[in-house]
Amino acid sequence: MNIHEYQGRELFLQYGIPCPAGIVAESPDAVVTATRQVGYPAVIKAQVLTGGRGKAGGVKLVHNEAEAREQGSRILGMQIKGLTVEKVLVVPAAAIRREFYVGLTVDRTNRALVLMVSASGGVDIEDLAVKNPDAILKVRFNPLTNLDLKAIRPILQQAFVTPALVAQAEDAVAKLYRLFVEKDCSLVEINPYALLDGDKLVALDAKVNIDDNGLVRHPELEVLRNPEESSADERQARRVGLSFVSMDGDIGCIVNGAGLAMATMDLIKHFGGNPANFLDVGGSSNPEKVLNALKIILNNPRVKAILINIFGGITRCDDIAKGILMATNQIQIPVPMVIRLIGTNDREGREILAQAGLTSSENLTEAVQRVVALGKKP
Amino acid sequence: MSILVNRSTRVLVQGITGRDGSFHARSMVADGTRIVGGVTPGKGGQQMDGIPVFNSVAECRKATDANCAVIFVPAKFANAAIREAADAGVELVVCITEGVPVLDMISSYQYVRDHGVRLIGPNCPGLISPGQCKVGIMPARIHLPGHIGVISRSGTLTYEVVYSLTSAGMGQSTCIGIGGDPIVGSGFIDLLEAFSQDPETHGVVLIGEIGGEEEEAAAAYIRQHMRIPVVAFISGRTAPPGKRMGHAGAIISGGKGTPEAKILALQRAGVDVADRPDEIPGLLRKKLKT
Repeated sequence: MNIHEYQGRELFLQYGIPCPAGIVAESPDAVVTATRQVGYPAVIKAQVLTGGRGKAGGVKLVHNEAEAREQGSRILGMQIKGLTVEKVLVVPAAAIRREFYVGLTVDRTNRALVLMVSASGGVDIEDLAVKNPDAILKVRFNPLTNLDLKAIRPILQQAFVTPALVAQAEDAVAKLYRLFVEKDCSLVEINPYALLDGDKLVALDAKVNIDDNGLVRHPELEVLRNPEESSADERQARRVGLSFVSMDGDIGCIVNGAGLAMATMDLIKHFGGNPANFLDVGGSSNPEKVLNALKIILNNPRVKAILINIFGGITRCDDIAKGILMATNQIQIPVPMVIRLIGTNDREGREILAQAGLTSSENLTEAVQRVVALGKKP
Repeated sequence: MSILVNRSTRVLVQGITGRDGSFHARSMVADGTRIVGGVTPGKGGQQMDGIPVFNSVAECRKATDANCAVIFVPAKFANAAIREAADAGVELVVCITEGVPVLDMISSYQYVRDHGVRLIGPNCPGLISPGQCKVGIMPARIHLPGHIGVISRSGTLTYEVVYSLTSAGMGQSTCIGIGGDPIVGSGFIDLLEAFSQDPETHGVVLIGEIGGEEEEAAAAYIRQHMRIPVVAFISGRTAPPGKRMGHAGAIISGGKGTPEAKILALQRAGVDVADRPDEIPGLLRKKLKT
């Protein structure tokens, strides 16, 4: 789960990581009031769940009320990488002497946590990671043990140099680590971690991602979920336990397993069609899930045909067949359906469908070609 | 021949009395696997279809000499189940359970590694050496004993590829689903290495997906070390960037882990990458002839 900068800042403050005061505003009037409170010059920052806000013009420095109103009106409602800005964060402008970078994330290849530190933080950190990877210092460690300050001190000394700054960075890293482990994060990042006058290091941005598998242990974090991150159909799917992503095509898909679901979408595209969605009905199958999946897909008026592709393993084809019948009995399905069933209990599943006059196939390529053709009929 | 599991593998099932555990224990037995015992705390002394149930892995291992554990417990107990199996000294632990928090898995991974135990999964379909032993949830009847190794990050997509191979008359030595989570036990490279040491495996199919950099790392390994042909398939070419597609692993972000990058890396390592699952047998056959 991704959360906004202002939500990440609240977590930072909870853990005692220094960041300047800020106010969230949702209208140009509120932006003006907020800038008055934090004082001029102030910075208005778009709150969207994507990177590259600054480069897209979503972060602006303002010196007076007129500028605050102008930029507030412009940024609120603007689109950044397809996302609409609904909130801004207003913070006092800081005299930045230097920008550092501190990040903690999961290193998949080495199956460890990795702390990354750089003396060259700021908006170009991703370019730096590609062009000059050695400028980003890394230490890997295992969350089984407590954070070993001795192991991280050398890279902090290399990046922050003076004892006063090293001590502040060490304190911040220890707190970031606690936040990471206690809240089941998959990423916490401060960029820029800025050096201000008076030799003070503060977090001028806060990026926090939470591991979705860890969320069940943190009901308190559920309130941070941003509904605008998902479409209405995606939210409905989450409520009924389906993994669903809206796409812009016209062929609805119901598949079991994420890999096969993606491969099915790829095949639809390969044969000249366009998938309307990704939908994984998940492992242990429950007939109700198929009914719910069909309901969500049919919410989308663009859908012209539906492909159900099930390769039974832990999912049993007879459960899926029962779900399909439950759906045809309870709801109107106004578009053609192509059903492909194979694997665990497929004979039973096919029989259940046959008794209701529904046909199903065993071959995926054939099923995809058929659904693409049906989707193209006027 | 095969890797990791064969006719003499003695399997115990953790969570054998649960809905999924009991269903798949029966299915593994039906497919010829030697299930020697099960574990459900508090149900020791009972039987499940004649399979003795124990309170702990240690007790089960003492009584049955099992050398492989397969885990079907709910996500919140998975971490403890993996460690219990490692502590009891089984050689291979296969965790089918999905939804295990990443932090738990990092520490469990280090834990099993320190104990010299091999872990497959979590969030995986398990593995099968067709005609010999199935430790997992895949439908055995789509498989055929033979000489192709299969390694995959996906579950059901693996079945699709295996079905294509079998339909084309190409049997498999061992098929392994390594799991779709960010942190898994054995990865592509560990298993490519195991396959290259198995004289009965003549070629390998590698099934990857968007997200992470494991396919790129595997490509580098293949170029340097693999003497037998490898054919690959990558899913997620139509997945929009930044969206999570069910698997925690299937996220594209920051220009890394894109299908294009993976396909290019594999092709540069001499690996044929199929556009469709049903093209894999043809590509493999061509490589095996040359």
